[in-house]
Amino acid sequence: MSESLTFHYDVDGEDFTSAGQASVQVKKNLRRLGIPPEIIRQVSIAMYEGEINMVIHAGGGKADVIVSEDKIEIILEDHGPGIADVELAMQEGYSTAPDSVRSLGFGAGMGLPNMKRYMDEMTIDSVVGKGTTIKMAVYLS
Amino acid sequence: MFKHSVELDVSKCTGCTTCIRHCPTEAIRIREGRAVINDDRCIDCGECIRVCPNKAKKAMCSKFEHYTHYKWKIALPAPALYGQFDGLDDVDAVLQGLIDIGFDDVFEVASAAELVTEYTRLYLKTEGIKKPVISSACPAVVRLISLRYPYLRDNIMPILPPIEIAAMLARKKAKEEHPEFDDGDIGIFFISPCAAKVSYIRNGFGDYKSKIDVVVSLKDIYFMLMGVMKNETSPKVSSKAGMIGIAWASSGGEASAILNDKYLAADGIENINKVLDAIENGNIPQLEFVELNACPGGCVGGVMTIENPYIARTRLQSVRRYLPVSLNRLPSDMHYIPESVVCSSLPTYTPISRLSESFSESMRMMAEIQRIRETLPGIDCGACGSPSCRAFAEDIVRGTASLDKCCVLVNSPKTETEETQ
Ligand SMILES: Nc1ncnc2c1ncn2[C@@H]1O[C@H](COP(=O)(O)OP(=O)(O)OP(=O)(O)O)[C@@H](O)[C@H]1O
Ligand code: SF4
Ligand code: SF4
Ligand SMILES: [Mg+2]
Repeated sequence: MSESLTFHYDVDGEDFTSAGQASVQVKKNLRRLGIPPEIIRQVSIAMYEGEINMVIHAGGGKADVIVSEDKIEIILEDHGPGIADVELAMQEGYSTAPDSVRSLGFGAGMGLPNMKRYMDEMTIDSVVGKGTTIKMAVYLS
Repeated sequence: MFKHSVELDVSKCTGCTTCIRHCPTEAIRIREGRAVINDDRCIDCGECIRVCPNKAKKAMCSKFEHYTHYKWKIALPAPALYGQFDGLDDVDAVLQGLIDIGFDDVFEVASAAELVTEYTRLYLKTEGIKKPVISSACPAVVRLISLRYPYLRDNIMPILPPIEIAAMLARKKAKEEHPEFDDGDIGIFFISPCAAKVSYIRNGFGDYKSKIDVVVSLKDIYFMLMGVMKNETSPKVSSKAGMIGIAWASSGGEASAILNDKYLAADGIENINKVLDAIENGNIPQLEFVELNACPGGCVGGVMTIENPYIARTRLQSVRRYLPVSLNRLPSDMHYIPESVVCSSLPTYTPISRLSESFSESMRMMAEIQRIRETLPGIDCGACGSPSCRAFAEDIVRGTASLDKCCVLVNSPKTETEETQ
């Protein structure tokens, strides 16, 4: 089997309340494919964190989840402000989230580190002023 | 096979499609003009009963009158029962009413609930348990977690729900007070506010078999009580439940009693799914306890209650007002949870939504679903009998529906390629 399946989601940057929707939809589709619960959870967490970041820090974007025989890839793309120092952003506890967002329980600076923890691969491509693309993958052994 | 209590009265169903769109597990389809429930998916939440404009769905219960062979009949009223009566200021009147309609004794589920509150406080102190602990009291929620959230199965509190503890204690008490009766002479009757508890009692959970003999509907009992409660005789039975036990009837009552403010209480399946998704993603940190009730407002919102859940809740508040906090405490030297109330048996995890047992076949089917979905109008009208265009595409690929059932496509002008053929 060489075919792969793509699930595409648009992440609305305006609407805080619907943030997390893509992650819920992905979960449903992965259940239909019979992916093991633990992997579904890993993907769901990474998607959720990525989605929230796009809403809070980048004004929205799009997400593609590509399922193939041996792995699940997640590609998150936005045209937000970009990340100046990726290494710094990856550190636990680093956050530029404004107070308004912190009062909602976000801004612990744990999103990116969590994504890395749950994924087998993760790369961040970011250009200040242009946007950010995060590619992640988890292997299906 | 899971025996459900939610059933369809075929003669009343008009195939109107209202229920298919409200079922949280997409368990219902319209086939040949009538609603058909998929037993593997149904969680007995009762939503379809609530929304059916034709009263074609009902929860199957036993009738009290049919069980005359028991020599000692014990009523186990759910605390939601107390919220059904206007101007009630003493629970004793309801309990006496139960005796007057033919029960020999009453054991309040609210009393057992106070014990479960005590066990919960103990359990939360146990080292190494998975937090947040999720209440095991609503069977629709427990089934939902078993079917959809396998990762959260270990969060469910491994303690029997109040109805089971009430059943055990009621039988024990009956045998002590009436040694002349055999086990078979004693009948334990639960007065249920909802369909989910009926199904749970019929099926048990995993290996656990319920200790309740008969489940009767709260609604039926309510109407019987209306006949006798007008008699102004002073009650000879007295309630053994305090504020906490009665509070269990509405959402938040169970959670607020655990003496720990890191709790969350949610009701209604849609909210529950949101909460469970969030817990699964780890984004509600520092929660100790989660109370989830499938019915809006909690058990007072069950489909076999009479009164609007919010009115019932207000009435319960006035009934509770002069009661002691709790009348059921564990002995002060008891710092462990007795084996007899522990239950970790859950329904087996079945990936109900999986397309096929083979991954490559699932992938092929999913690609086909995506392709068909593109061709569908996307207005989710339900006329095909499936809850949404997406579900319809899935039904076609699973072989349980055919594309010609889409009346929008069938009636739309032919596409160019078809015209040239
Ligand atoms: N898509 C993005 N566009 C621009 N900046 C980003 C993006 N994602 C993350 N960042 C930057 O990286 C920082 C760290 O991100 P991370 O997700 O780890 O923490 P956070 O979002 O601030 O807080 P938390 O995720 O714990 O709620 C952010 O504060 C922000 O400055
Ligand atoms: S709501 Fe469902 S059960 Fe009730 S009449 Fe309509 S299709 Fe039938
Ligand atoms: S009881 Fe709930 S889960 Fe079952 S068919 Fe009705 S709405 Fe669906
Ligand atoms: Mg973040």
